[in-house]
Amino acid sequence: MSAPLKNADALEAVRKASDYEWGFVSDIEQEFAPKGLSEETVRFISAKKNEPSWMLDWRLKAYRHWLTMEAPDWAKLDVPPIDYQDAYYYAAPKKKEELGSLDDLDPEIRRTYEKLGIPIEEQKVLANVAGAPRVAVDAVFDSVSVATTFRKELEEAGVIFRSISEAIREFPDLVKKWLGRVVPMHDNYFATLNCAVFSDGTFVYVPEGVRCPMELSTYFRINAENTGQFERTLIVADKGAYVSYLEGCTAPQRDENQLHAAVVELVALDDAEIKYSTVQNWYPGDAEGKGGIYNFVTKRALCQGRNSKVSWTQVETGSAITWKYPSCVLNGENSVGEFYSVAVTNNFQQADTGTKMIHNGKNSRSTIVSKGISAGRSNGTYRGLVRMAANAENARNFTQCDSLLLGNRCGAHTVPYIEVRNPSAIVEHEATTSKISDDQLFYAMQRGLDAESAVSLIVNGFAKEVLQQLPMEFAVEAQKLLGISLEGSVG
Amino acid sequence: MLKIENLHATVADKPILKGLSLTINAGEIHAIMGPNGAGKSTLAYTLGGRPGYEPTGGGATLLGQDLLAMEPHERAAAGLFLGFQYPVEIPGVSNVQFLREALNSQRRARGEEPLSAAEFLRLAREKAKLLGMDMEMLKRPVNVGFSGGEKKRAEMVHMGILDPTLAILDETDSGLDIDALKTVGGGINAIMRAPDKAVLLITHYQRLLDYVKPDFVHILADGRIVRSGGPELALALEREGYAEVIAA
Ligand SMILES: Nc1ncnc2c1ncn2[C@@H]1O[C@H](COP(=O)(O)OP(=O)(O)OP(=O)(O)O)[C@@H](O)[C@H]1O
Ligand SMILES: [Mg+2]
Repeated sequence: MSAPLKNADALEAVRKASDYEWGFVSDIEQEFAPKGLSEETVRFISAKKNEPSWMLDWRLKAYRHWLTMEAPDWAKLDVPPIDYQDAYYYAAPKKKEELGSLDDLDPEIRRTYEKLGIPIEEQKVLANVAGAPRVAVDAVFDSVSVATTFRKELEEAGVIFRSISEAIREFPDLVKKWLGRVVPMHDNYFATLNCAVFSDGTFVYVPEGVRCPMELSTYFRINAENTGQFERTLIVADKGAYVSYLEGCTAPQRDENQLHAAVVELVALDDAEIKYSTVQNWYPGDAEGKGGIYNFVTKRALCQGRNSKVSWTQVETGSAITWKYPSCVLNGENSVGEFYSVAVTNNFQQADTGTKMIHNGKNSRSTIVSKGISAGRSNGTYRGLVRMAANAENARNFTQCDSLLLGNRCGAHTVPYIEVRNPSAIVEHEATTSKISDDQLFYAMQRGLDAESAVSLIVNGFAKEVLQQLPMEFAVEAQKLLGISLEGSVG
Repeated sequence: MLKIENLHATVADKPILKGLSLTINAGEIHAIMGPNGAGKSTLAYTLGGRPGYEPTGGGATLLGQDLLAMEPHERAAAGLFLGFQYPVEIPGVSNVQFLREALNSQRRARGEEPLSAAEFLRLAREKAKLLGMDMEMLKRPVNVGFSGGEKKRAEMVHMGILDPTLAILDETDSGLDIDALKTVGGGINAIMRAPDKAVLLITHYQRLLDYVKPDFVHILADGRIVRSGGPELALALEREGYAEVIAA
């Protein structure tokens, strides 16, 4: 996604510009790990980050296990073989010494974020948008976090907002306690790979009873060529805490495919709530299907406490291939899991995405609203699991799965898995598939909208239920993005 | 204002309009009547540029501009409005959002400043009031869950907001109750009766014409205008039916 805080004119310009506005490359001096994947690579990354030995051991254990694993093939995706030796696992902007302050940031990186419209300077956020809600940003550039903002103010509230690399050094006990607790090291091929070579990401801890005073966000940017990005994010909301977190991402336009294999773990204790919003706009490849990001992501939340709540909202418009199932393990009594998703595929994009709601707690409730939009020759699949465990007394799930097709060459698929082991549990599933009708298009055009605006409007209407879950500035952004990603799909 | 000359059009390769000619001058209100399947809606759609309604001969100009060469949204910006016989539902998109985007893209196309949200709401409120429609209805998604009559009334609110030069209203009266008919008739007069505007009413019945008095009435049958006259032609039709009047 681009900026949450841009003005309308800039958005208009973005709209009018080429297909993928974020496809530029920043020219900065970078430092790489040796090419390929080996124990040596793992050690290199760990050393670069000055990690304690327990972290290195953890990584090595993961790496050794990964060597015994095979890539999953159950998704409805056509994934070309990936040569893991033909990529870099660490790329960082070269720097002379530790950054003292933002002023020391490489001007080219600063320009990159300016171009993307990401507010990495606090005073700018304040100066530009009077009265706008403030957002603290962690800016991750390839394998390292280059800036986190509003640290001071957050610290005063007791909130820890750090890059994960810093957190491992500064808060080892907290990190050790929760890292790998939600997504175990051996969980799946891409998650295990991430454990071995994860580069950077965000760590958030909101202490007991604290409502985080502002939105937190991480902005991921892949810049270097031939480089994988392995982000790792861990958010812990202690008892009664609340936090809303936003994630955005872009990458340059390149002919080769690049791998993004992230792991995100969320933990909500008693009465805690986490709202996690993603606007995923990785480079999707060109109109012929060349290039683009492989987005293989494991996101999972542990609703451990009573009355805990986690809400995932995602708008997925980018990536050549998306494999992603943000899930909730509902252990706590009365815990609540929500998944709101809009996934757009155009041209040759493929997306297999959905969620898992694992109900273990009594009276746990979950809601799934998935809106898939397919255009061009793309394929979109919703894959979802709802499991009601034996002791999930009176648990409930409601699932709504809608697909919208543009044209005749794309596909939409819905694959729900339902497992109920408790007779008092209730699972409801509704699904629809529709096409944007010629009637709707002509009606909108007769009122004065051009074809692309008409499609964008109709699609936004279709996705409204999900978009309105997003924080306001993000929702506006996401609406524009939906329009842009469908450009060229009518005509 | 509107000049249609020897227009031919096909739908699904089937010839429907077969040499239709009609001229409407600024300030005039015309009514077209004709049996079911005669091609009245086809005429409206062909002028509006609906895909699938293929002009195969002849031409049509609006204020001298070649209508048939334009995209549907360009025709709208040029001043053409179609009131649909069957208005279309757009789930999740409120009338307010829909009309504001539509109006502002028309304005941009004409080189005019777009309206701000506040200016637009003022305009929408005024037109809703004129048509006796509750503003709350305009906040609902376009036509979703509207009754047949409400849809027709909403079409007229669209027209009031978009303020076209030429309105082609396809059976706007059907589905309206007696009171609504009166309100809608009054609305059409208020919005469209002006020296620089014109209306083409497509209707089956005299009842709308009691409120919106036409200057000319035409009978369309089998893809052509077969008779034209004054308001008395509609009254004659009501008395005698198409067969009699066309034969006379
Ligand atoms: N998609 C289509 N395929 C085939 N024939 C069509 C199609 N659409 C319209 N027609 C035919 O074109 C002819 C004219 O239809 P049109 O809707 O213009 O009639 P009308 O005069 O508006 O009738 P009514 O008074 O019933 O509204 C009809 O015979 C109709 O069946
Ligand atoms: Mg008709």
